[in-house]
Formats: sequence, C-alpha cells, structure tokens
Amino acid sequence: MIEIENVRKSFGQLEVLKGINLTVKKGEVVTVIGGSGSGKSTLLTCINGLEPIASGKVMIDGTDVHAKSTDLNKLRQKVGIVFQQWNAFPHLTVLENVMLAPRKVLGMSKQKAEEIAVKQLTHVGLGEKLSVYPNRMSGGQQQRMAIARALAMSPEYMLFDEVTSALDPMLVGEVLDTLRMLASEGMTMICVTHEMKFAREVSDRVAFFHQGVMAEIAAPEQLFDAPEHAETKKFLAATH
Amino acid sequence: MFNTALSWSDLVFLAHGAGMTLAVTAVSVAAGTVLGVLFGVIRFQLGPYWAAPLTFVLDVFRSVPLLIQLVLGNALQSIMKLGWPPFTTSCVVLSLYTAAYCTEIVRGGIDSVPTTTRRAARSLGMSWFQDMRYIVAPLAIRVSLPSWIGLTLGVMKDSALVLWLGLIELLRASQILVTRLQEPLFILLICGAIYFIISLPIARLGGYLEKRWSPND
Repeated sequence: MIEIENVRKSFGQLEVLKGINLTVKKGEVVTVIGGSGSGKSTLLTCINGLEPIASGKVMIDGTDVHAKSTDLNKLRQKVGIVFQQWNAFPHLTVLENVMLAPRKVLGMSKQKAEEIAVKQLTHVGLGEKLSVYPNRMSGGQQQRMAIARALAMSPEYMLFDEVTSALDPMLVGEVLDTLRMLASEGMTMICVTHEMKFAREVSDRVAFFHQGVMAEIAAPEQLFDAPEHAETKKFLAATH
Repeated sequence: MFNTALSWSDLVFLAHGAGMTLAVTAVSVAAGTVLGVLFGVIRFQLGPYWAAPLTFVLDVFRSVPLLIQLVLGNALQSIMKLGWPPFTTSCVVLSLYTAAYCTEIVRGGIDSVPTTTRRAARSLGMSWFQDMRYIVAPLAIRVSLPSWIGLTLGVMKDSALVLWLGLIELLRASQILVTRLQEPLFILLICGAIYFIISLPIARLGGYLEKRWSPND
C-alpha cells in the first residue's frame, strides 16, 4: 500500500505540491490527470524518493520513503518507474538494458537474469529485438523496453510518468496496450497521463490535479461524466 | 651526394632517448589520468561552488607554463630535501599537469550523460557507484576519449621540457647529436619521425575504439 500524507514540495519559491493526500491499495490502478505544472509528475518522483519532499510523509508498505534510515536503493526495487523520456542505456543492447539491474542490484546469475529479461521483453512484444541497440528502435519500442526493464526487477508497484507523451501518435497505442495488460494482470499502478480514454478504461480511480492540489478524486465514470470541481470541468471541456 | 656522420650507435642513443620520452609520458599520463578521474568526479559531485579551491589549484597547473612548473617543482623538492631524482620530479610535475587537464575532460564527460538516464538507473535500485560504474563510465569514456587522446599526445610532446632537469629524452638526445655532428636538419628530421612513429599507435587506438563503439550509438 502506498500512503501519501500531506506531502508538500517546492522548487525554489514555487510550491508544486501543496499538501497531497492519497492512498493506493494493492492491485489498484490510479491515474492522475491535470494540466502542465500541476505537480502530477513531481508526485511520482517523490513516491520513490528521487525527489526529496519539504514536509508530509510517503509510506510504502509501512516504510517511510523519506526517512534518513530508509535504504532507497532497496525500496526502489519494489517501486518501478517509467518516464516520459524512455532513457534507454544507449551503450547496451535491449537484452543487456533489461538484465543490468537484476544482475547488479539483485545479484542474479547471468543465466537467471537473461531468462527473466527474455520473459519480460517477450511479454511486452520485444522478443525479436533482444540483441538490437536501442537507437535502432522506434520510440514506442524503446518505451516498451523501459517498461520491461522496470518489470524485470519484479516490482510490486509501478509508476508511469506520461509514458506516451513523447511518442509519435502512431506509437501511443502499443504502449497503452502494454499498460492495459499490466493493469489486467493486477499490477498496482499510478499512471500520470494525458490519455483520457485510457484513464477511463483502466483506472479504479482518477485523480485530477490542479496547481499542486488534488482537486478531485473519484471513480472514472464519476470524474469524467459528473465532475464536481469547477477546474475539473474546465480541464475536461478543454481536452475533449 | 648524401653523406652523414650518423652512426648506428647514435641511432641507438636516440632510441634510448625515445624510451625515456615514452617512460615519462606513460607514467605521467597513467598517474595524471587516475588523479584526473578522481578530481573530475569530485568536481562534478561538489558542484562549482564547493569545488572552487580544487578548481583554482588545477587552473594554476593549466595556466602556468610547464617549463616554469618543472623548474619550480625541482627547486621545491630540493628545498624540501626530498632527494628525488630528476625522473621522479619530472613525472610528479607532469602528472599534476596532466591531471589538471584530465579533470576537465572527465567532468565534461560525466556532464554529457543526461540526468534522465542516470535517474532511470537510480530508479532501478542502482546505487550511486553502480550508476557511475555501469552507466556513466561507459558513456562518458566515449565522449571523453578523443580529448584524452589529444591530451596524451600533447603530454608526449610537452615531456621534451624535462630535458631542463637533465633527463636525456628524445629531444635532448637529438640536441646532443646535433652539437656533436653539426647536422641539425637531418637529425631533427629523424627526431620528428620518431615522435611521429611513437604517437601514431596512440592516435590510431583512439580511432579504432571510436569506430568500434560507433555502431551502438
């Protein structure tokens, strides 16, 4: 379970998160929507400790992410994250990209790591691309590789930060299909997205962020069809 | 029509000089690179503000002519009664000189690795060191290699200045022969050719590694 309690975060003078409260249960899919600069991506990086927070608390299965005593490297093995820019390791083949962390972080044997990597890459439809270097693949393929790379660590939670925003519209579908598949397999996910149709389909709950505040959170039908907050209405009207 | 007093033993004498040039260069580049990597990582980690004292010292080594550094270094070691032979003094000064340049090359190389790529590595649970070892180092080396090769070739030529401390390296050996045989053009031509021959493999190595790595990028 991910528990976010009254989290505040500033970049210099600008407060980007103004007291966020959110609990995500095991197996739940929560999508976060909202305009640029609403703080949604920042929240994800605070959840796995890539960004420090000013106040509040993030607890993952009872571990305080931002406590000094927390071993973040260990915690991050539990929480996978995929970014807007897929960030392939350009000097490694697709297979090596996925094998690296299981080998070096989890200390797996080469054989075991390869087995897992092949399995995950096949799972996201890249079984044919194992020995290819990332720059020879499309953005959608690289993004799916990044997903496989995170999954190879067998995380219990996955965070997706606008994973389709930097993609050619033609390639968005294949990546969303991968996310749908994960959701249907019961992965606990927090997805920041601009894909409203996708959010409506896969989410158990949808959160709308506005200027650092979680203005509204509800089941997708409720949030999309009968939004309560004025800003949510405005945002949805603008994106339709 | 072509007559020279240069004998085989003179050529052997030049080869010994070239050996000294190679030895001084190898020791200085090796030690300078190790120090440069260390200082480069420190500079990158500390940021410009906290690394300012280190940057200042390295700037001194980069801006003061090497000849002055060698003479001052030699005077300093004798004032401090270290009793270093000229070879040691030469290598110490040249190593620091190399390290000063290498630091910037390393820092630039680390800088060239996108923060987002490093963030992805850390998000997979890799420690700072693992990120450095498996992601940053291979990528930074590719970027830094051409400059590092240039630095090595530069140090090889600059190492001629150690003749001021009494070491008989390639250039000094040539000078001795010129004084004795009075055939400056011919001997300097040979000397230049030897410099070229010992530099070539290093320059080629750079080209080879770049080519080998390029299909992956």
